[in-house]
Amino acid sequence: MSEQQERQQVIERELTMSRAMVEAIAHEMREDEEVFYMGEDVADYGGIFDSTEGLLEEFGRDRIMDVPISETAYLGAAVGAAQEGMRPIAELMFVDFFGVAMDQIYNQLAKNTYMSGGAVNVPMVLTAAVGGTYNDAAQHSQTLYGTFAHLPGMKVVVPSTAYDAKGLMHNAIRDDDPVVYLFHKRLMGIGWMPAPDGPKTPVPEDDYTIPFGSADVKREGEDATVVTLGLHVHRALEAADALAEDGIDAEVIDLRTLVPLDTETIRESVAKTGRLVVVDEDYRSYGVTGEIIAGVAEGGLEELEAVERVAVPDVPLPYARPMENEVIPDSEDIERAVRAAHDE
Amino acid sequence: MFEDMVTARYYEERLQEEYLEGKQPAFDISAGPIPGELHLAAGQEAAAAGVCRHLRDDDTVTAPHRPHHVAIAKGVDLERMTAEIFGRETGLSSGKGGHMHLFDPDAGFACSGIIAQGCPPAVGAGLAAKKRNEDSVAVAFLGEGAISQGAFLESLNLAAVQQLPVVFVVEDNDWAISMPKERVTDVADGSQRAGGFDMPGVRVDYDDATAVYDAAKEAVGRARAGNGPTLLEVQVHRRMGHFMGDPESYRPDEDVEAAQARDSIERLADDLRSEGLEDEELEAIREEARERVDEAIKWAKEQPEPDPDAAYEDVFVNPPSGVTTEEPTHELAGGDD
Repeated sequence: MSEQQERQQVIERELTMSRAMVEAIAHEMREDEEVFYMGEDVADYGGIFDSTEGLLEEFGRDRIMDVPISETAYLGAAVGAAQEGMRPIAELMFVDFFGVAMDQIYNQLAKNTYMSGGAVNVPMVLTAAVGGTYNDAAQHSQTLYGTFAHLPGMKVVVPSTAYDAKGLMHNAIRDDDPVVYLFHKRLMGIGWMPAPDGPKTPVPEDDYTIPFGSADVKREGEDATVVTLGLHVHRALEAADALAEDGIDAEVIDLRTLVPLDTETIRESVAKTGRLVVVDEDYRSYGVTGEIIAGVAEGGLEELEAVERVAVPDVPLPYARPMENEVIPDSEDIERAVRAAHDE
Repeated sequence: MFEDMVTARYYEERLQEEYLEGKQPAFDISAGPIPGELHLAAGQEAAAAGVCRHLRDDDTVTAPHRPHHVAIAKGVDLERMTAEIFGRETGLSSGKGGHMHLFDPDAGFACSGIIAQGCPPAVGAGLAAKKRNEDSVAVAFLGEGAISQGAFLESLNLAAVQQLPVVFVVEDNDWAISMPKERVTDVADGSQRAGGFDMPGVRVDYDDATAVYDAAKEAVGRARAGNGPTLLEVQVHRRMGHFMGDPESYRPDEDVEAAQARDSIERLADDLRSEGLEDEELEAIREEARERVDEAIKWAKEQPEPDPDAAYEDVFVNPPSGVTTEEPTHELAGGDD
């Protein structure tokens, strides 16, 4: 039984992922005056993807700050305030917008601790909406999981359920290092973008943390290990249900954080199943899928009987529905890959 | 100008209808005939029409995420643009770009969905014209929210120091999604940004197409004559939300009503009547615009959707070997399924 399933037995209240995220932020803001939130349309609008819904009313404009469309300035300002000891949360409306402020992210936020020999630390959270499935085309649909995880110095968090979103956010705000918190739009439970079944879960009212680097085994199985994150946790579970009808018993692992990465849980699973399928909504090459497979191979090549990866082929996200559906993995793509690994 | 403006207005009204089809009563962004987000420009026609009237086919325009009125004024192929917005194979970008990413090189038009990021490429078009001793010009359109973005400010400086033939046109619709201008900049008149780069800055305080036309004539003329860039800000208004589906709960009712009441098209119609045009003549222009738009939408909806495998084309014009652009086939894995 997964950690979450255990909790579900005692908790009745269900929240959407956005409500759970907001609850953690509000709790931390009540506890610590030094926590504040900056971003575009985070005040009156409540975040385009509901990431700050209702916070303005409780905390006011000084702590829920709308900022100019100046990502270099405000993300850099969050770095500076964090280095002064405050605990800013700064939001990129879409992760795709990271390009306009990349220096502040990868040369300042990510490196200042190291370059100072640990004399400086940057306790800030960078939140960003990620993901496609609603035809927003090449500049508004990426996940870029691998890009942030590749650059040393940032912890990278990707929740897939309301329960995880809250616990991981508590941990992110309390962490003394930079944390990049990537929430998938399709999972938030926004009125105009219906979420699949799955991300809305029971959530305790009290605060709790989920340690970084602890993957969650969402479904136990003997025949193949499916490792994934974000939206694709739910697609993998759907695929696993379909496979079970044909007697293929897939184990599904939700990474929850990419940095740190819980390689141990993956290896243990692969030692049992012998077959590894990695599913990612990021680009195929030089990314999450390759890294997971390499990590398993380094630790136990002899355990690996079959490997498959399912990711976005190396093309930008296209606009038209038939093409977007083609490149973003769906549950059938996952099913097919598990069958291929199983039959090897 | 009048023709461009009424075409653009009717176009946005028709797209709104099409977009909302299948999205009511519950708004689901994934439903209906038009995919993705849709940012409509009703109320902003005067800026595009007044400026583009001075442009030639060999002049370059870059537009932001709210591009249709600019594209229409610049002479972008209306049918293929509409097909692109509907995600069809015969669209300007074969269905890959969508409404924020329209490219029509024949019309000298491109746009980008990232705020202010059309400015540097416009500077580049101006640079190319200068290097080749051509008298073409480049115009970058952007919203007032974009004037706080680094790419815009850096572009102003580069265009000024190189004396490039560029006009920056800020369409000030008062709102950056939910953020009113006064909360994100202390400068009420965005054209003042020009002063810091020693370039002329002009603001047209009301979305009066004739006034825009006059101001743009000078700015484009200055660029074409080799006398460097201009920053032109035009007050426009946002009649629809930031995007379709925007509840606009942050926006005071009186602001919406004021925007609805200020109609630059009616204002221009009054100007034209005072110059002697008859109502019948104006109505004939409107009727022709409606027919053109209706035909473009009808044509677009008849076009086929792209083949899913087309997704793997166009990453490069000259695809190098060894780059993964195809989905691997699982038959190779030796399975017997």
